[in-house]
Amino acid sequence: MADYRLVGKNFTPPDMIAKVTGTAKFSEDFQAEGMLHAKMVLSPMPHARVRNIDTSAALKIKGVVAIITPDDVPQFPPPVDPILYREPVFAGAPIAAVAAESEEIAAAAVEAIKVDLEQLNHVVDPLDSLYPGGVNAFSGGNVANVKLPLQTVKWTAKDFAGFDQGNMPLGKPSEEWHYGDLDAGFAKAKVIIERSFQTAGTSHHTMETRSNMAYWQNGKCYVHGSMQSQSFVLPQIARMLGVKPADVVFIAEYCGGGFGSKGNAYPLVVISGHLSKKANGRPVMLRVSREEEYANGSARAGFQGWAKIGFAEDGRITALDIFVVQDNGPNIGFWDFRNAGETAQVVYQPEAMRWRGTAVLTNTPPRGPQRGPGENQTAMTIEPLLDEAARKLGVDRLEIRRINAPDNDGFEGEDAKGKLTSAYLKDALVKGGQLFDWEAKKKLSGKRNGNKVIGVGIGSAFHAAGSNGFDGLVRILPDGKLYVHSGVGNLGTYSYASTSRVPAEVLGYKWENVVIVHGRSDNHLPWMIGQFGSNTTYTASRGNYVAAVDAKTKLLEIGATVMGGAATDYDLKDERVVHKTDASKSLSFADAAKKAIELGGKYSGKDLPPDINPLTKASATALAGSGLMGVAKDKLPKRGLVPGLVAGFCMIELDRETGQFEIMEYLGVADCGTVLHPEGLQTQMLGGSMMGFGLATTERIVYDHQLGLPANVQFDQAKPKTYLDMPKKFSWSAVDRPDRDNPVGVKGIGEPIMGAAASALINAIADALGGTYFHRTPVVRDMIVNALADRPQSYKPLQANTM
Amino acid sequence: MAEDCRIAHGGDAHALHDHPAASDGPLSEIVRIKASRRSFIKGVIASGATLGATGYLFRASSAQAKSVGAVERLISLNVNGQTRRVDVLPYETLANTLRYKLGLTGTKLSCDRGECGACTVIADGITIYSCTTLTHAVAGKKITTIEGIAKGGELHPVQKAFIAEIGPQCGFCTPGQVLSAVALLQVNPHPTIEEARRAMSGNLCRCGSYNQYLAGVMRAAKGDFASTGGSNG
Repeated sequence: MADYRLVGKNFTPPDMIAKVTGTAKFSEDFQAEGMLHAKMVLSPMPHARVRNIDTSAALKIKGVVAIITPDDVPQFPPPVDPILYREPVFAGAPIAAVAAESEEIAAAAVEAIKVDLEQLNHVVDPLDSLYPGGVNAFSGGNVANVKLPLQTVKWTAKDFAGFDQGNMPLGKPSEEWHYGDLDAGFAKAKVIIERSFQTAGTSHHTMETRSNMAYWQNGKCYVHGSMQSQSFVLPQIARMLGVKPADVVFIAEYCGGGFGSKGNAYPLVVISGHLSKKANGRPVMLRVSREEEYANGSARAGFQGWAKIGFAEDGRITALDIFVVQDNGPNIGFWDFRNAGETAQVVYQPEAMRWRGTAVLTNTPPRGPQRGPGENQTAMTIEPLLDEAARKLGVDRLEIRRINAPDNDGFEGEDAKGKLTSAYLKDALVKGGQLFDWEAKKKLSGKRNGNKVIGVGIGSAFHAAGSNGFDGLVRILPDGKLYVHSGVGNLGTYSYASTSRVPAEVLGYKWENVVIVHGRSDNHLPWMIGQFGSNTTYTASRGNYVAAVDAKTKLLEIGATVMGGAATDYDLKDERVVHKTDASKSLSFADAAKKAIELGGKYSGKDLPPDINPLTKASATALAGSGLMGVAKDKLPKRGLVPGLVAGFCMIELDRETGQFEIMEYLGVADCGTVLHPEGLQTQMLGGSMMGFGLATTERIVYDHQLGLPANVQFDQAKPKTYLDMPKKFSWSAVDRPDRDNPVGVKGIGEPIMGAAASALINAIADALGGTYFHRTPVVRDMIVNALADRPQSYKPLQANTM
Repeated sequence: MAEDCRIAHGGDAHALHDHPAASDGPLSEIVRIKASRRSFIKGVIASGATLGATGYLFRASSAQAKSVGAVERLISLNVNGQTRRVDVLPYETLANTLRYKLGLTGTKLSCDRGECGACTVIADGITIYSCTTLTHAVAGKKITTIEGIAKGGELHPVQKAFIAEIGPQCGFCTPGQVLSAVALLQVNPHPTIEEARRAMSGNLCRCGSYNQYLAGVMRAAKGDFASTGGSNG
């Protein structure tokens, strides 16, 4: 492994002090002179048509300054999420908004606005909508997704023939792909496991709601919002404000939790901007309550599905067939259902496979990507099937995973010919098996201690963890310091900082001489993907790397220009350009920066590479002439998909009287390439696992099917995990082998951490129950108690969004 | 009937009661429930009793106060060792006073109903949820917020420990976590990990950083970051 000074070493991220002292400013912490306060008119119905909005009485209230209705905001073709709804498709959908001198006046105005609503039929279960004659959650159709046009799809009653027995109806899918000979694969299988499954949607429930504040100044809209990026979302915010990206300044130094829900710009973030525009640019603050956040803060898509998997005698998967109906919420949603196919393929490398799926609209909260969107639902549904097969085959549960896991020769894609940049899941499983002492632990399975019984489980999970083609932008200024411009959001993974260490590594900078420039778009940021999709570490490190290499080339050329000879005669050492053989010839980076300004052209950023993104170009142009600029588009080779992979090992003690369990031990082992920042990785490995335990056993969206209204909008009802749910022994490790296509060997990992923990826990519960598999998540306590007492469950098979 | 239901959004009770459609059908039922909850809340506010879920409002403007018949009062609050005179409405929560009247925005609002602990402050040594505490109820008490934890530019051992262990992820719950840890160590300087876990359990962290916060509490208790002088908290 390369000998790094900074990569792989711990450091204190620069924003830590602000976070522990409370000086870190989140959107709602900004106050401006003359600030107005906003409140929204929200739909009380799950589905309705707005016939009329009468604002006359509200406008008469003293202190009401501006009201916006759907007529005042840009319209997008369905199923794109509207900013304000003419056809509200979920309870809590914003219809109008008010800005007033005080929040109470705004609230009074909201109550004075007469909204004439025509109630429309609603549906909260995707299968209900697919049933012949079923309700469409939106007037335009009931099936849609990104790149899946809005349409009406009804299956036949025959498709539902086995539904009452708990069999997933397999009607016509919207999309499908397959490779290999599925029939032959099943024919040669020793054991075939075929199951229907259901996974609940889960609310993101970020601690910081999406409160925002905006004002207009000199034709530009300044937006303080909570977002997972400061550059990637800029064009989206501009589009929703109806202006050019150059006319938006977006400020988001801190993001109080996103988990995918703030990766793309969301409608609420422009409410204050639109109100401010109508209020002649006066600052407007929209404080978003927890209840409003529940409705508008995004949620994970639920799955109703079916899988059939054939296993050879040694546990190798000969054929895998999976069908997923995704609960898409009422709008465009996210492609979780497609990720189910990709995940099953990458993690198990089936010899033959078919994926089918569709995405069905429901009158429940709009869905968006949530940490492992599709990947983690798949881990929770397929991993238990491996255990069932292992039991039948008499194969060890670790071995059945290892034998199917991808390595560097692994494949992906609809034709199964795509390559992986690196895959060490087998290594993660083996390492985890040793650290967890699987051989000893599995012997404890079923061991009783009074009412308590021990269960052990393993889970593996995946997420595509890296992108490419974005830009990097660094500067060396006459003060000699390195300025790394980063548009990566700050969610607490600290990868905005850890990836900024890559240019310092390349240029030989001391970390204390590096300044990270981020937090707001007018800090002149390069075009970079947001902090989502487990990709920041991989993608931003590449962008920063190529920018640093560009700076290095320029430093060496300036060395030759100033001190004679060729650029190849020089090297970088101790923040100086030094002649390789004549040490008397050297130039400080500070002087090189001054020379770059003098030389102009490409050196100072006056001439820019033609292939960089317009956003990077605008930023670089604004900064040109200030020092030596390194700016480049990431064109480094990348052979295929970048898999982030995690193996999880879990041991629980389950009380057979109460259904309560305690996690006695959990270990996660990551394949994230070279470890970039060990302490940062630790917070992700353990924190993400906590979130996974919630996904597996407590969190879910519950709706009243009759009324179409939510039953658990608050934290105490949504049940994210707390300190009291922590494993007694909680540890992590990493394979720490470099990715083949990242210049410093790193890969992202944020999401599969959660899926591995969730599936390992589900399998441990099933193990404690002697092999009772629910094929339904979350595995809540009353399900466990009912199973132990041999009582029927309270839910109907496959029923979605219910208790 | 429902399609004829002209709904005054937000459920103004009087408007609904005036309308015959309001008593029909499940949807109207929900609107009715919401409406009565709101009028209940209004009633409680008027009577001056404590209630957690008073809605997500500043409830800070004196003009509005008069409109619901409340009486404003100028009181002295001891916050972070300083006495501050502040105009506080009878039903105003401490979180609102701190954030929007005293500018102490380190105290966060996340659930605004005593579930998550993001708004935790210390009152006379005891941690409280400032979102469900009326400011008037703590008028005579010593309030410590996150802004009062570091002394003379030096971070509290808990803060140093949280940095060392990378406790915060997104950082939104962090002020509350710091205050719970500080208050714990004041009354129990050497807690067992189980005691620390229970003491911290009122503070939710959606990033799941519990292990790192707890490690920070234990390291601070161990004296790894002992202050060089002065008392803390």
